[in-house]
Amino acid sequence: MINYLWGIMVVFSIICSIFTGNTQELASGLMNGAEKAVKLLITLFGVMVFWSGIMKVAEKSGLTNLLVKLLSPLLKKLFPDLDRESVAFQSICMNISANLMGVGNAATPFGLKAMKEMQRTNLRKDTATDSMVVFVVMNTASMQLIPATLGYLRQSYGSSSPFSIIPCVIISSATALSVALVLSTTLNRVSKWS
Amino acid sequence: MELIVPISVGFILLFGMIKKTKIFDAFIEGAIEGMHTLYMIIPTITGLVVAVEMLQKSGAIDLVCKMAEPLADFFNFPKEIVPMAVLRPVSGSGATALLTNIFENYGPDSFPGQIASVLAGSSETTIYAVTMYFGSVGITKTRHTLWVGLLADLTALVMSIVTVKFVL
Repeated sequence: MINYLWGIMVVFSIICSIFTGNTQELASGLMNGAEKAVKLLITLFGVMVFWSGIMKVAEKSGLTNLLVKLLSPLLKKLFPDLDRESVAFQSICMNISANLMGVGNAATPFGLKAMKEMQRTNLRKDTATDSMVVFVVMNTASMQLIPATLGYLRQSYGSSSPFSIIPCVIISSATALSVALVLSTTLNRVSKWS
Repeated sequence: MELIVPISVGFILLFGMIKKTKIFDAFIEGAIEGMHTLYMIIPTITGLVVAVEMLQKSGAIDLVCKMAEPLADFFNFPKEIVPMAVLRPVSGSGATALLTNIFENYGPDSFPGQIASVLAGSSETTIYAVTMYFGSVGITKTRHTLWVGLLADLTALVMSIVTVKFVL
């Protein structure tokens, strides 16, 4: 997917520049782009390193586990066919906690483990189970509580109030997540009937 | 609002101290992991930022915006966001590249800048997540997962505009 998209982006730019006459700009854009990438990475570097460190503290102190305990009654409702003590359920809890904390990269390994565990008990190996659908759908929506990286990115581009968007982000992601959960659980039920 | 991040950091560290965690050791361990993560995304970011810069400089983004203009106007939708909204479900790094592009051209506190920020914070790379998770266990029949995920992205997009207009 990304392979095609990336190719199309570059080829489309070149074709476009020929038609619009922006070939000079395109050529300089290629060089400047690489420079901008480094600038963006340097901007992200400090926040990402710092935030990952803080999240490790949350993990080691047991704060993340506390979050898991708080979440598990709610998650039990979303994944009724999974046993609360099962590795799959635990992995899902860890994945969601990591997502809430805004460390998506830490969430992925737990997510992959959860999928592997759910697949073990799956009877039709090529078809997604209800729990898998709900779980992956949750991961396609944003669950982050504090958009720290986004805030710092806004700040570094000269925003006068980098964190003022937090309420909007929370309302918007909560709505999107609710839509995703309601739709996926309803469709799961519908497909069971038919 | 600006206190949310410092307070969370303070709370996490305080909790750690109460629980007698070696907080600085843990911090360093996590920070090193963060460094590795960042190191691993350098190629992705570079490849995509260059592609986005080429799209921008060639006039391709303007062209897409122009084509989307009648539709965007109809829904009262800021056309500057269109390219980012399209790329968002596919690539997180690509969307970040377009986000900084919007920040550069219009400023983070402008109307498109704010909507783009909320959109970046409230949606995920749906297609990537679906492909990766199902691909990892060899499932090909993903049922309604992708459509529901994309609909959630669309919801986030609509809500970004609504919240920036009415909440901010």
